Parts: sequence; structure tokens; C-alpha cells
Amino acid sequence: MNSICKSCPKADLDQNFNIKLKDHNEFVIALAGNPNVGKSTVFNALTGLNQHTGNWPGKTVSNARGIYKHKGKRFVLVDLPGTYSLLANSVEEQVARDFICFGKPDATVVVADATCLERNLNIVLQIIELTNKVVLCINLMDEAKRKGISVNIKKLEKKLGIPVVATIARKGEGLDKLMDKTYNVALGLETTSPKQIQYPKIIEDKIEKISKQLQDTLENKLNSRWVSLRLMEGDTTILESIYTFMLNKENTYVEEEGAYIYGYQ
Amino acid sequence: MNRDYMPLFKVAVGTKVQVSELLSAGLPRRRMLDLGIIPGTAIDVIRKSPLGDPVAYNIRGASIALRKEEAEQILVNKIS
Repeated sequence: MNSICKSCPKADLDQNFNIKLKDHNEFVIALAGNPNVGKSTVFNALTGLNQHTGNWPGKTVSNARGIYKHKGKRFVLVDLPGTYSLLANSVEEQVARDFICFGKPDATVVVADATCLERNLNIVLQIIELTNKVVLCINLMDEAKRKGISVNIKKLEKKLGIPVVATIARKGEGLDKLMDKTYNVALGLETTSPKQIQYPKIIEDKIEKISKQLQDTLENKLNSRWVSLRLMEGDTTILESIYTFMLNKENTYVEEEGAYIYGYQ
Repeated sequence: MNRDYMPLFKVAVGTKVQVSELLSAGLPRRRMLDLGIIPGTAIDVIRKSPLGDPVAYNIRGASIALRKEEAEQILVNKIS
């Protein structure tokens, strides 16, 4: 059932995340963001699926996926668990992080809540530190308006260096623009230049030192600057994931009734 | 300067406080930082669960329940 060549990076997707692509014209889009910002609503609106939207933690631990078409291309949309961070404090965060790191999505859409942007921008900054193929979707614009909050989309775009789209997913507003922007980023038609966080010199020096040593192992498949930062924090889960996904030792995913659910359960 | 620091867990429901210091270290500290709890963050104490632990707080626009062990590691002072 493998119609896609073994050698290209997308073969890993099938092996590790159970995503089967028909051909090179399919694109994988990850959907990330805080809990409760309407990720699953955006997911359902785009794919026409009726995945459970419910408000309890860990609802989307086994990541759900659906397909939508835009401008003649097929997009596989992967709904990741809602997290405040990507630094792997919990199973959900690890699932989300591993997919963005090792699933190599063609683009990552971060959904944020317009009513409390400050809280939501944390994960946006973390994701643009990891990959530059990011589109920010500011959802719940209607609720923000009701609360008297207006969001300056143009300014956010400029400050973050990535495309930003305002949406009301529940009513389907802004989704066309979201699909356009995602299309552009996934196909490389629009180049993003996310603003990188500069750390104090003492940390920057260490990053340089560590990332040099990492380059051979990571072979540009994973952002060595980002991995250096995680290692400095003493995060060992990233090492385990590198072993599992990049060096192909021990697959931690178990098959269960067709769905791949993360190791526990 | 201000010596009225107290652990967040001791603050009464309905009170608005400001974070002055985070005592936890390592992963629990990382977790608190990810939730947006840094010195200066305003926190509203919303309500206590029936057994008094955990307690729900409004932190930067989201309601978040923290356990006693977590809330005890957050030093705050009252504002207003």
C-alpha cells in the first residue's frame, strides 16, 4: 500500500504517525494551539468532518486527521492536542511536539484565542522558534468583539514575521483566507521570516557550541538551535524522541483498532 | 519593600493578587511559567473546590485550577 517512495522524508510520516499520502501532491498540515481556542472547530470546518468537540483535557491525545482540498491540492490536516507549551511537561505536549518536530508537516497552523492573545502567544513563539512554516489563526474574533477587544492583524504579522488570519470558525468566516495562506506557506509560495528570540550572550554562546556538535546527528532535519535550548533546560524527552523518530529505535506508538494512540492507554 | 508576601493558596476567594515570586524549580517551574505565571502577573481567585483543593484561578484570561502544592509555591501580594 506504499505508493510513495521510501527515501523521501514523507515516508517517515507513514512509519511513525500512520499518515498515508497518495502522492507528492499531498500536503500535511498540523493544527496546534492552546486548549479551548477552537482548534477542533477549525478542523471540522475545514475538513467537513464531525470530530468530537468537547471541553475536557486530553480529548485529542490520539491525534485526529482529516482531508480538505484547496486549489486542486489535497491537504491532510492533523488536529494536535491543545497545549500551553511545547516543552513536553505532559503526554499531550509531547505528542504535539513530536508531531511538529518529526512529522515534518508542510505547514503548522497555530490557532489562538482573540480574547486572551497574551496567553496564546507563548506557544506561537515556541513554534516559530522550531519551524518557520507557520500560519497564525486568530479565532473567536466575534467573542473578542463582544468583549470590546480589537486585534491589529497587520501589526501582529509584522511583529511575528508570519502570516496572520482572523477567523470565526464557528460561522466559517476567514477560513478561505486561512486556506489560502496555508496553501502559500505549505507550497513555499510565501516565505515567512519568523522573528527569533535572542537570548543573553552567555546562552547564545552555549547554543552555538552545542548546536555545532548536534549538526552531524540532526542533519538539518531538526532545528539544532532549538534542540540545543531544550538540552540546556535538561529536557531528556527530546533525546528519547530523537532516538525513536530519527534513528528509528523502538517505536513507542502502538496500534489500536486502526488508530495510533500514544504509548500509554 | 513590600513584606506582605503570602502563598497563593492562602488567598481568599474573590481577591485579586499579583505574583511576586515563584519558588518552584525544574519542570514544575517550567509548567507555571508556561501557564503565564511570572512575577507581576495578576491572578483572581475564582472559587474553591468542595474539598478546598484544588482552587480555580483566573490567570491571563483562562480559568486554571491549581493544586495546593502548586499554589503554595507561588508567592503573591494583594493589589487594590
